[in-house]
Amino acid sequence: MQRRASNLKLMNRFDLTCRLVSHLKRDEAVIGGIGNSNFDLWNAGQRAQNFYMLGSMGLAVPIALGVALAQPERRVFALEGDGSLLMQLGVLTTVANRAPKNLAIVVWDNAMYQITGSQPTASAGQTDFVAIARGAGLENSAWAADEKEFDALVEQALAKDGPWFIAAKIDGSAPKGQTPREPVIIKDRFTRAMAVKPLSG
Amino acid sequence: MSSDEPWHVPIIRALKDNDVRLVVHVPDNVLRPLIEATATDDFFTSFAATREEEAVGIICGAAMAGLRGIVLMQTSGFATLANVLASLAVAAQIPALLMVSERGTMGDFQIAQAITARAMLPILQSLGIEHHTLTRLDEAQFIASRAIVQAYKTQAPAALILSPLLTRNLPGRPSAGAA
Repeated sequence: MQRRASNLKLMNRFDLTCRLVSHLKRDEAVIGGIGNSNFDLWNAGQRAQNFYMLGSMGLAVPIALGVALAQPERRVFALEGDGSLLMQLGVLTTVANRAPKNLAIVVWDNAMYQITGSQPTASAGQTDFVAIARGAGLENSAWAADEKEFDALVEQALAKDGPWFIAAKIDGSAPKGQTPREPVIIKDRFTRAMAVKPLSG
Repeated sequence: MSSDEPWHVPIIRALKDNDVRLVVHVPDNVLRPLIEATATDDFFTSFAATREEEAVGIICGAAMAGLRGIVLMQTSGFATLANVLASLAVAAQIPALLMVSERGTMGDFQIAQAITARAMLPILQSLGIEHHTLTRLDEAQFIASRAIVQAYKTQAPAALILSPLLTRNLPGRPSAGAA
């Protein structure tokens, strides 16, 4: 599974988000990072177990870690963009050392700050997120080479102990729409969903 | 309550009384006895985050999933938090609990702490965040406990500021914390 970021297939964030959501059968929590990550999560089909971040750039992984610590019996996914992850790289070390078995981090890497005018991020240059994650101590870190491999990595993250780090190179397609700016409603719906025990099995 | 107990003991009681089990901290020498007490007590899950902003994200996620948490930090760390408080805890009405050891006042030699100390209260006030400064050992548990209750009942963040009057050992006052 060890592979450099170069020469990977460029995939589509909305397509991969739909693929991820289609695997969720047990009330898994999903934290959608600021901007296009949560917009495509919203448009992939709204779930009460999704938390859509309308601010606090970089905090999808910390929020997901908090949910994972609170509910070890529930699987939790953080969906974060490359620019957002670069803002809060330190959290990868925190996740690695707390090592929650039920947490998976998914990074959509289009090598740009897409929503602010497509300025290049560090991964347009020399930076490899899977290498960073491994260095932080996240052993189960991998690039998804294509959609089939992404599906397999998600299935693995659902079935086996984590923490998991899955990165995908994505294209520059615009998101399918935007999330309504209703933070209190989003939080209230998510909190109520988290109060219901997840399906087991 | 014993009048010669260290300052962190009534704080621990307030956290336990209100089922605040998750303690995420960015280390500070003043907070050391509180950090050590939570790290050695099975009631708590206590660990360090790399930044205060990260810690607030963690306890916000935990709060939404039913686990009460608090962030421990020093004054300069608080000064990094305006965006996450405004755009996450305040915007989404999440009861994020903050505990700040008040540096930069009453003789602190760090000029950076002194400047951020002057900025802290205006930041809290302008964000509309409930905050209390704890100065006395005999009031500490009451104020901390009631602030936590109110944060959860009103679904709002709250800040507890630990004054040197509480955390330093002052003769003649009901405060006996280690200096």
